[in-house]
Amino acid sequence: MSQLEIKDLHVSIGEKQIVKGLSLTVRSGEVHAIMGPNGTGKSTLAKAVAGHPSYTITSGDVLLDGKSVLPMQPDERARAGLFLAFQYPSEIPGVSIANFLRAAVQARLGEGEELDATGYYKRLYSKMDLLQIDRKFTSRAINDGFSGGEKKRCEILQMAMLEPKFALMDETDSGLDIDALRIVADGVNALRSTNLGVLMITHYQRLLGYIVPDHVHVMWDGRIVKSGDKSLALELEAKGYDWVKNELIPA
Amino acid sequence: MSAPSLTLADPAIGSFTPELFAAHLASVSHLPAWWLDRKREAWARFLALPLPKRTDESWRFATLTGLKLDGYTLPPAVTPAGLGHAPIGIAKAGKLVFANNRLVAQEPISAELTKQGVIFETLQHALLKHGDLVKAHLLAQPPKQGSEKFSALHTALLADGAFVYLPKGVEIALPLAVFHYAAGAGAAVFPHTLVIAEPGTKATVVDFFRSAGDGAHFACGRNDLYASHGAALTYVAAQNWSRATLSFQSNSTVARRDARVLALNLHLGGRQSRHESHSQLQAPGAHSEMLALTVAHGTQEFDQRTLQIHQAPHTSSNLLYKNALLGSAKTIFSGLIVVDPDAQKTDAYQSNRNLMLSDDAEANSLPGLEIQANDVRCTHGATSSRIDAEQEFYLQARGIPKADADELLTFGFFEEVLSKLDHAPLHDALIGLIKIKFNPPV
Ligand SMILES: Nc1ncnc2c1ncn2[C@@H]1O[C@H](COP(=O)(O)OP(=O)(O)OP(=O)(O)O)[C@@H](O)[C@H]1O
Ligand SMILES: [Mg+2]
Repeated sequence: MSQLEIKDLHVSIGEKQIVKGLSLTVRSGEVHAIMGPNGTGKSTLAKAVAGHPSYTITSGDVLLDGKSVLPMQPDERARAGLFLAFQYPSEIPGVSIANFLRAAVQARLGEGEELDATGYYKRLYSKMDLLQIDRKFTSRAINDGFSGGEKKRCEILQMAMLEPKFALMDETDSGLDIDALRIVADGVNALRSTNLGVLMITHYQRLLGYIVPDHVHVMWDGRIVKSGDKSLALELEAKGYDWVKNELIPA
Repeated sequence: MSAPSLTLADPAIGSFTPELFAAHLASVSHLPAWWLDRKREAWARFLALPLPKRTDESWRFATLTGLKLDGYTLPPAVTPAGLGHAPIGIAKAGKLVFANNRLVAQEPISAELTKQGVIFETLQHALLKHGDLVKAHLLAQPPKQGSEKFSALHTALLADGAFVYLPKGVEIALPLAVFHYAAGAGAAVFPHTLVIAEPGTKATVVDFFRSAGDGAHFACGRNDLYASHGAALTYVAAQNWSRATLSFQSNSTVARRDARVLALNLHLGGRQSRHESHSQLQAPGAHSEMLALTVAHGTQEFDQRTLQIHQAPHTSSNLLYKNALLGSAKTIFSGLIVVDPDAQKTDAYQSNRNLMLSDDAEANSLPGLEIQANDVRCTHGATSSRIDAEQEFYLQARGIPKADADELLTFGFFEEVLSKLDHAPLHDALIGLIKIKFNPPV
């Protein structure tokens, strides 16, 4: 059993405070959904936890199995078991998916350990088949010229290959067609059953029909203003953010 | 000023004394008289021409104090065993290995290619056996970009090199490889590769420039490509001289009607390296793809000057020079597109991109256009950028350490150039050479 604990986290970009005291604990196998209006700080939260250098954590802590990840570089955090599926994945011309994932897998091996190339490709192809990604993608440059949905699928492919303990999925559903959404959801559900913990940022109830959350949190202006079970997502969808603004925010 | 001791100390000739030239000339006295005459003329030009001066526009930004000509000798013969020859790991149609200006090893082309009339031999052999062909093309394009003095020295002291002749219609799938070694402290070498591609031919020629050991060498080379009607020629030069080497290399490309020449120069070695590249598009449909990749480390200086001359209508050229700079390295790119008055419908592109991997490195760019026709499309541009922070974070977020992420991104930067090679093993071999530069064996 692992746990990812976000404790009273405050995050700034430059002088501007974006995340203003947010606490949340995700355990292995759990799915937590975060919903909230645009600009409320959801991506900032996810990137700060992953260690993005532009985001300053001014107070609070992020603990992975009781150990703070804040002193760690982003790559150390990733190797410790965190995975961020980006809302806007970077396009990296000239670096093929195959070489990139190989470097990522290699980085997880011990000193002097050599990657088994045959095994690596076998695993890569089987994950690609599951996610219905054409094998030709391995020789394509990372996200370079990918459609929105292809980028998101490629994020999930990386997650499947790297087998993190916790995934921060930032609007992975946006840009996916209905079939792709189901494929991705099946992939996440399979990983969940092997104890992946998920923090899922989404605007849409639709995804939560496929990946049923254990907890739903509503985020507003850098804080969680309400938490509940999956019915909260339905309530939010029915009532809209005016409900949050008028009834959940203390005047 | 005529005392021999003063002549010896003349910085404009350095080690390259009349005695040295006389000894060289004696060593090639069996070669045709016209060639020896040309060498004597070139020698006179070398003596007469001054070293580059601060005020020479064609040497702008270059470290002129690094161009010292003393401390070098015409080196003795070496055996192939002494070279520590590292195989490049690609299948070849033929191989010539030169060391210290002499042929030391050879893998001849197949009997079948020979039967078709392909010549892949030493320049000395060609001078003796195919004199007229050589005479028409050898050093036929005079230098124009500032290295006239060094080019004259090359002609004067050129002892041997590679000669490639592709008779009409012949296509060779595998590359022809030429290795040029310098061995021993102070070795002065004058590598040369001449490629004549007759109409409708297709081939790939690769020059590898290497040092045996880490001595201070002087390399003064030249390669000439002549692509006749419809020829498709790929030329790759991988420069990997020792870090103490002073190198001058100049390339001339002539593309005739519908010819396509792709030249890719990989610059890795040398203390100070000057490379001049001069492409002439002489007839409609001619295309020149001018590519270069440089990895500049430590205090290395790479000085690249290019000329794209459009002499006929409906010609095109595309130049992409990419430099990655580390340490306190310095690069210079100076490029000029020239469009002659009647070269309408010219399509010319010139781009220099610098990836700054260190704050102490210095990249200089001087792009230029000289257009005398009115219906043309010419663009040029130069950029310098650092590793993209978002891309770096993306890779790190997958567990890849920062240094490795930066290396991946740097190779990604190079790939735009390398991907233009449609020969996968060669592409991979060049990546291998660059990797060694980033991670030298301990
Ligand atoms: N690099 C940055 N520099 C300045 N402001 C930023 C930066 N990144 C984010 N912000 C600001 O921080 C706030 C929160 O942005 P964030 O991307 O976290 O929102 P979000 O909740 O993910 O929104 P969305 O639902 O649109 O994805 C926004 O006002 C945004 O403009
Ligand atoms: Mg967001």
